[in-house]
Amino acid sequence: MRLWFPAAIFLLWLVLALFGSLFSLTPDQIELSRILLPPDSHEWFGYDDLGRSMWDRLIVGAQTSFIVSIAVVTISLLVGVTIGSLSAFVGGWFDHLVVRIIDIFLAFPGILLAIALAGLMGPGIDNVVIALCVVGWVGFARLSRAQVMTLKNRDHVQAAIALGAGPARIIFKHLIPLIAAPLIIESTFAIASVVIAEAGLSFLGLGIQPPTPSWGSMIRDGTRYMLVAPHMVLVPGIALMLVVLSVNLLGDRLRDWLDVRTREQK
Amino acid sequence: MVSFLISRLLSALFVIFGVSCLVFFLIHLVPGDPVEVMLGESSQPADREALRVALGLDQPIWVQLLNYFNGLLHFDLGESLHSKRPIVDMLMERIPATATLAAAGLVVAVVIAFPLGTMAAMKKDSAWDSGAMFFSLFGISIPNFWMGPLLILFFSLWLGWLPVSGQSGFASLVLPALTLGTALAAILARMIRATLLEVMGEDYIRTARAKGLSERAIIMNHGLKNAMLPVITLLGLQLGALLGGAMITEIVFSWPGIGQLTIDAINRRDYPVVQACILLISLTYVVVNTLTDLVYAWLDPRIRLAEGS
Repeated sequence: MRLWFPAAIFLLWLVLALFGSLFSLTPDQIELSRILLPPDSHEWFGYDDLGRSMWDRLIVGAQTSFIVSIAVVTISLLVGVTIGSLSAFVGGWFDHLVVRIIDIFLAFPGILLAIALAGLMGPGIDNVVIALCVVGWVGFARLSRAQVMTLKNRDHVQAAIALGAGPARIIFKHLIPLIAAPLIIESTFAIASVVIAEAGLSFLGLGIQPPTPSWGSMIRDGTRYMLVAPHMVLVPGIALMLVVLSVNLLGDRLRDWLDVRTREQK
Repeated sequence: MVSFLISRLLSALFVIFGVSCLVFFLIHLVPGDPVEVMLGESSQPADREALRVALGLDQPIWVQLLNYFNGLLHFDLGESLHSKRPIVDMLMERIPATATLAAAGLVVAVVIAFPLGTMAAMKKDSAWDSGAMFFSLFGISIPNFWMGPLLILFFSLWLGWLPVSGQSGFASLVLPALTLGTALAAILARMIRATLLEVMGEDYIRTARAKGLSERAIIMNHGLKNAMLPVITLLGLQLGALLGGAMITEIVFSWPGIGQLTIDAINRRDYPVVQACILLISLTYVVVNTLTDLVYAWLDPRIRLAEGS
């Protein structure tokens, strides 16, 4: 597929998330006279079970997913890369310990640990971000550890060590710039999976709490009215799918473009 | 082979130990006093104290940890706060439903992925290939909790072919299995395509062609067989995602498995049950992964010899 399509969807998501509040949005305004009204030429996406505008809720949902995914990926990236590259660079028992801890975290399949954390800590956007970061740092740590392992015996690193540079300087000045490409690609795919995970937690009722809209909780609300108002489940679902699809396509393209041949198998 | 076996089993045991510890500490993440959260704010102090003693939360943390591991070794996970029943019994009731769903999802994934991936590799760069890869990108991008309602909308509500939810024989298994299997099918198809393309450039494939074998025989007997190894590893790894996805799929279809039990327990603040469910799923995943590793080594002597030496 051509690049303009995913790029356009991604930009739309970005613009709506950043500047959506410039529209006069009323995502929480209940209007009983227009309950479950289907889409028409005036209101493109129709109204939900409380007569709230689906369009307004969709935009605020875009903000939610954008904020959560950027926060989670940024924190996970910083924590994961620090731990992973330090582990590979220092080596020894510290490296062994980190590898074991990574193994333990990887033993929780998919979204399970996030479900457990969000379920026990209680819902809310902060806890969603915490829960997803606890799951998210592992991938970055593993990737950066593997990359630094292959790089740390390069001449320029050895030269820096010989000149007396400290670990922090070597990691940030001499190693991370070289592993930036795979990290950027991993971050792109991570954004897609965090968008899905946030929506998944909200779908289960463990994420963003009502009345704040999230695409996941909108889908959950929609499942109760599928026969009479299928637009309630279709609209947020299509938005979610388009964003995830676009981010994945962009990630694929980025990988070809930056020519990173060996991405770790998940 | 023996040293490989021992090292794999030891590391699996360590991970099992670590996972159990992590799950044990989960209850201490509950904000404030977990006993108060479980019983509600209006509960009597005497009831709280009784529950605290019953859960052992009044003891020092290392005693709690020892009691917890002692219980695990005796398959005793305590009682549900809600139903007062032994948690092990509750898990045993739910396992068949989740196992059925996961197995059906796996079957769906394999049945879709093999023809799709093989076809895409055989007709590389054709419309078939890009179609198959586009399908697989869709499969990866559609989450279970939207795929499920979408299938219900089309096949149950609009076409009326299949039941909406519940567990009443084969018909009610079709949609949950499709929901669960599609994402795995997508990932698997991509992997099969990639490894098959790699294998098809090998010398023994050229030899098979030179012998005059049909393209079909080459793919079936020489191509797929050699492409199986990475595919099996991927299947083992992805089984975890399948188990995680099964939780959400169960919620969508009101499927009475472990996932449903977990979410119900979270909503009832029945934390011991939540811990037990999380532990069961992750330990299953560890066991499956270890088995995958062993099968892999058994299939490919290069690995066990390299690691054993």
